[in-house]
Amino acid sequence: MPSKIAQIRLVSSHPEVYEPCDDSFALVDALLADQTNLLMHNPKLCMEVGCGSGYVITSLALVLRQGACGAYYIATDINPHAVRVTSETLEAHGVHAELITTDIASGLEERLAGLVDVMVVNPPYVPTPEEEVGRDGIASAWAGGENGRCVIDKILPVADKLLSDRGWLYMVTLTANNPSEICLQMRDKGYASRIVVQRSTEEENLHVIKFWRDCDDNHDILQANEVGAVNKTGPARIFESLLSQFPGLLFGRNNSSST
Amino acid sequence: MRLLTHNMLSSNIKGVTNGFPLQIEAVKVVEKQVDFNPDFLKNMFSKVDWTALAAASKALGYADLPEAAGADMLDSDDFLRRFHHALLQLHLEEGALVCPETGRRFPVSKGIPNMLLHEDEV
Repeated sequence: MPSKIAQIRLVSSHPEVYEPCDDSFALVDALLADQTNLLMHNPKLCMEVGCGSGYVITSLALVLRQGACGAYYIATDINPHAVRVTSETLEAHGVHAELITTDIASGLEERLAGLVDVMVVNPPYVPTPEEEVGRDGIASAWAGGENGRCVIDKILPVADKLLSDRGWLYMVTLTANNPSEICLQMRDKGYASRIVVQRSTEEENLHVIKFWRDCDDNHDILQANEVGAVNKTGPARIFESLLSQFPGLLFGRNNSSST
Repeated sequence: MRLLTHNMLSSNIKGVTNGFPLQIEAVKVVEKQVDFNPDFLKNMFSKVDWTALAAASKALGYADLPEAAGADMLDSDDFLRRFHHALLQLHLEEGALVCPETGRRFPVSKGIPNMLLHEDEV
């Protein structure tokens, strides 16, 4: 039986390319945990921003292959070495993705707008001095600037533009990125969210968050406004669910410095 | 790079207003077998800019697409097979994509376009 996800021994490497690590494994575990939903979702177009070694996009293609979705895969990375390594990793597993060397989705934003059904992102989330962001080579895989949010905050509006009406986004975040705030920002753009995988390692506390356009809740908000209801519908309900997902985070950790 | 990807790419240089479609300079073209999936093709048809696809296909040496196409043609197996071949099976392996407005060339190497901009283009 073919492997369900990418095999480490078949993942290609290069000194300037980030190798699969805890964050990559957490993201693929999230895709596996959500596999039934993904297969039912039957995405036509899937995309990874920042594909690195290719471990994640290859795993996504393998996870979806079991449903014979016939999806189209696009992966980008700002690091030309990474894109080449990804192409080798894909080939070693017998799957295909279209690869583009570019910054986030530059060059795709116009024509690909509203077409992406599933997007996966393991962004450079490590808090670093701002000047380390955007450097060549492997540093681009982790350097995230203040609170590790510099690149994340550029990716989110692009994701919002590219995702289809039924689009899903899976993104890795670190506690230092203030994920609850990210969820609230995305809620303002009309997305619901939930944590699919939460993992604490010696060094970091990772969340893989899934975002999706929440048409039903928008509907609720409209209705609530129309009838002047004061019940907890729409935003209040989502807000409460966010708070329950991030106990102690929302108000407790905003000012914590990196250790 | 498949032509569906080409169809989704525009010139990203700052200030360019007419960046689509990128013209193709083909140095090496390869054909790869892809499973025929009529549902996928029918789904993608409305999203593809047909004029750009037909021109790109021609640039890659495949001139069997009609100049214009309508949704009624999706019932034809012959049409779908041609659409499939042009959209998914032709790969630009080596060459360049050229911005229609500025003439800036974006190289395509080993099937991968490089859309990274120089500092003065961002």
